[in-house]
Amino acid sequence: MEGHSLPRSEVVGGAKGALHLRANARVVRALGLRSIRQTFRRPQLMAPIVVFPTILLAIQTGGAGSAVELPGFPPVQSFLQFMLAGAMMQSLMLAGNSGGIALAVDIEMGFTDRLFAAPISRYAIVLGRLAGTAALGLFASLWFFAIGLVFGAEIAGGVPGALLSIALVTVTAAAVGGIGAAIALRTGSASVVQGLFPLVLVVLFLSSAFFPVGLMIEPAKTIAEYNPFSFIVEGVREPIVSGVDATETAEALLAIAGIVVIGLGLSARALRHRLRVG
Amino acid sequence: MASATAISVQGLERAFAEVLAVRGVEIEVGEGEIYGFLGPNGAGKTTTVRMLTTLLLPTGGRATVAGHDVVAEARQVRASIGVALQEAALDPLMTGRELIRLQATLHGLPGAEGRRRADDLLERVDLADAADRRVGTYSGGMQRRLDLAAALVHEPRVLFLDEPTTGLDPVSRKTIWEEVRALNDDGTTVFLTTQYLEEADQLADNVGIIDSGRIVAEGTPASLKAEVGAPHIRLQLEEGSIAEAEEICRRIGPLLPPVDAKTVLVEVEQGAADIPRVVRALDEADIEVGSLELVHPSLDDVFVAKTGYHIKVPTTSSAPANA
Repeated sequence: MEGHSLPRSEVVGGAKGALHLRANARVVRALGLRSIRQTFRRPQLMAPIVVFPTILLAIQTGGAGSAVELPGFPPVQSFLQFMLAGAMMQSLMLAGNSGGIALAVDIEMGFTDRLFAAPISRYAIVLGRLAGTAALGLFASLWFFAIGLVFGAEIAGGVPGALLSIALVTVTAAAVGGIGAAIALRTGSASVVQGLFPLVLVVLFLSSAFFPVGLMIEPAKTIAEYNPFSFIVEGVREPIVSGVDATETAEALLAIAGIVVIGLGLSARALRHRLRVG
Repeated sequence: MASATAISVQGLERAFAEVLAVRGVEIEVGEGEIYGFLGPNGAGKTTTVRMLTTLLLPTGGRATVAGHDVVAEARQVRASIGVALQEAALDPLMTGRELIRLQATLHGLPGAEGRRRADDLLERVDLADAADRRVGTYSGGMQRRLDLAAALVHEPRVLFLDEPTTGLDPVSRKTIWEEVRALNDDGTTVFLTTQYLEEADQLADNVGIIDSGRIVAEGTPASLKAEVGAPHIRLQLEEGSIAEAEEICRRIGPLLPPVDAKTVLVEVEQGAADIPRVVRALDEADIEVGSLELVHPSLDDVFVAKTGYHIKVPTTSSAPANA
């Protein structure tokens, strides 16, 4: 008896499905909507996306607001204005983590078998989950812009700047969700994905999300300088604090692209592994 | 009689590391047939079903479902089958209606058609009133019926039911059986795995018994039972007449080992047709019969004969799952 590798039709067909999103758009949309409903109906998934970052934002702006007066702190209107991008980053990263947890729960309870047994591209299943995560990123960015505006933060880049920041946050949420999905598919364990929660915070604190890189001390400073999430944070922050900057935007997009490639690549690999091992 | 092959399995194998969970399984299921795949926990039933439904790649052998290879033509297989897996894989946060509509979308049904099919199916499985409640509030029986409805949304040619009634109470089990029969009457081929001997006996046209990853017996329930022996008559008599009754019964058929001091068991070749002979012979000898029962071999007898042990049947439950 000879063993089987994953059939070529499945591999190529699946990749085509991912690339030609329109062909599976209805499935991606349906699964994305399910993902959003699932998050809103399960408070433990919603809390890290909105509640925790909002509380942290309130504590930091309330307790460390005078940090803007430190020598070397970038010129900003207020600490709240500076912190909005960090809060959005925290929210989207936890949205990606929550998306991974939800996918792992689906695997644990066998729901993904229902999806895998349907005649659709199996990559559409992952894309549906990422679409849901992107929508949560969009929701989070709107939420924090609303909070910022209510509490007096100015958006230096105006409406175009806000839209750019919102777009970057939305796309980054999907990119980070890809990594969460990959871990979920590989491990099939919600507790493992949940265990990454502290790591998300470490990655954030070792970036420019909550504090300017120039004021950090070594080795955090060097790590933050090369942390791809610092580039994304700056891409999101710049339109808020000083206006749209093409270089910052390009660097952010490059970092997002890198995370997308890693996330989707790992997801595809984990998906194939899951189909091999069952 | 089935006219074409719906499922064809040749030498199917699946190894997990060093463990061979499925070992050279061979199955042929005709179109319009109900095939009962019987075996205890861990026998290889679910692994086989997962390979046939393209959820797991085989490590050896081949299989076709609805004329398509499960490895090379997986997507065509998935378009032809409905699947209701063990332990109803449902999202407790979705409503029943949302689930069926999602399933319709997954199978490419247009929106209006999907909504119509969802309404029809929810009505059919008697869940119309609960359609907008979250699945987590459903009882075990309701969840299985919803799972079955979801598997039917695209009118599949072949339906895989993996232990559809495990853990259900007798009433819910009977409801599922009736639905499976109705589906089969409509021409759907059904591949049903079960631990319940009675379920296979009641529903299946053909039965395959799997143990330790191997098919150990296959055939119609009647032919399998015939293999393990003829039916026997169980007679309850007064203790004082046992010896004489045994003498008379021995002339009709071979005696089986008695189960107690008041019982005589006699094997009869022609089953019910032999009852009058036994009654007349005992009556002529003035032996009073307390009770008489014709006992046919069961699939349990077949299972024991083939494997040397009884299937341990799981307990039943129909409590709602957590929301």
